[in-house]
Amino acid sequence: MNEVLDNLDVFVRGFRTTVSLTLLAAIGALIVGTLIAAMRVSPVPPLRWAGAAYVRLVRNTPLTVVFFLVVFGLPEVDVKLPFFRFAVLALTIYTAAFVAEAVRSGINSVAAGQAEASRSIGMTFGQTLRLVVLPQAFANIVPPLASVFIALLKNTSIASAFFIFEGVQAMNQLINSFGNAVIPIIAAAALAYLLLALLSAFLFGLLERAVSAGR
Amino acid sequence: MTTPVLYDVQGPRARRRVLIGSIVGGLILLVLIGLAVQRLAANEQFEYAKYEPFFNEPQLYERLWEGLKNTLNAAGYAIVLASVLGVLLAFGRLSRQPLIRLPAVAVIEFFRGVPLLLLIFALFLAFPIVVGTDLPALWALVLALTMYNGAVIAEIIRAGVQSIPKGQTEAAYAIGLSRGQTLRMVLLPQAIRVMLPALISQLVVLLKDTSLGFVIGFSELLRTGGQLVQALNNPLQLYLAVALIYIIINSLLSGLASYVEGRQRRTSGRTPVAPTQVETGLGTV
Repeated sequence: MNEVLDNLDVFVRGFRTTVSLTLLAAIGALIVGTLIAAMRVSPVPPLRWAGAAYVRLVRNTPLTVVFFLVVFGLPEVDVKLPFFRFAVLALTIYTAAFVAEAVRSGINSVAAGQAEASRSIGMTFGQTLRLVVLPQAFANIVPPLASVFIALLKNTSIASAFFIFEGVQAMNQLINSFGNAVIPIIAAAALAYLLLALLSAFLFGLLERAVSAGR
Repeated sequence: MTTPVLYDVQGPRARRRVLIGSIVGGLILLVLIGLAVQRLAANEQFEYAKYEPFFNEPQLYERLWEGLKNTLNAAGYAIVLASVLGVLLAFGRLSRQPLIRLPAVAVIEFFRGVPLLLLIFALFLAFPIVVGTDLPALWALVLALTMYNGAVIAEIIRAGVQSIPKGQTEAAYAIGLSRGQTLRMVLLPQAIRVMLPALISQLVVLLKDTSLGFVIGFSELLRTGGQLVQALNNPLQLYLAVALIYIIINSLLSGLASYVEGRQRRTSGRTPVAPTQVETGLGTV
């Protein structure tokens, strides 16, 4: 137990990286994912196909393979970035596919009658989107998006295999130095992930209440 | 395809606009692809040497096949064990006894909330200390996959049971079945059928996650790919080939899931519960 408490700074350093990886990749995935979802629901066929292909390919590829392709593949075409940025990129590419699915299903779960009704009372496309469809879509999107981002939080642990000092890597380093305290060290790391996941679930719960307040 | 919410059936003007959009959008996509191809060409990624091993290196396919076999092996064990654990945990989770239910909730939430990688390391590193003998990499991977997916499957089954109309339970009680019998003989068989698509989708996740075995030196598909890269020096081509193998297998599984979903919609008229509806807790994917 003392090994954990005496080395809290190592854990703090590691999990700070976990949090920043999560936040940066979440922002990236939100932007890319929304774009792809927009492509998938657009009336323009080539964009729809491209969006569908992206989701299909990325969703069926393990995140670890995405990591290998980014970290060892991109330098082959002369894209050389620090490992941290590679990790954010890999997590963004992967998570964007799931964000796109969440956003698309959120938009599709708004009953078609809602848009038809607003068109029939003479609203323009922009008004329909802004006043009727999107507010309802957002309320539907929050719960699946929450699980996507909590999965992202856990997925950042894979970066530990690619030279990045985050939570799991901090755990491994402490295990290497204190071989007799393996179990408390692992328990502490697990607890840290659980706390972060609970915190995110709590924040998304607040958000969910905020967007569904009007109903 | 679902009816689009955002736009109506298009008239002549909208159709013209869509056509222009298609051309512009298509051109943008082509330009992006062209830039990527140019970049690949400029870095000699189209050199024959990079592809040669795929044609005259029989060892390459032998090694990849070995890796794939290990991947499928681990996935197979984990699927069986996770299903058993999942059903047991679901029983616990649905129990009315707080002494059984609360531990089941704790176990499920713990395994769902912790990264799988951490579970793998935990088994691999802590097992020898607790038990006294080493745990082979295959079993560290399989057991970690079992714990995580067992917890997720339990939640899928629970969502399925709760989606069964209340009348089924009431009817079962009315003819004198006990709570356990009701669960075992009436609710569970229906729940598993309703949740079959979600369960199959979870198998895709499980199969993808076997690739984490590389961190503890288990020679699954990805790791054998990585070893080949060191000899052949063509990471982009080889990792893409590995990705392609995963994509093919997982697409087949996903196809099976949507086939089952479609068949169920036709035969029972009841919509199967979508996988996303289960993921409200600490999250899967």
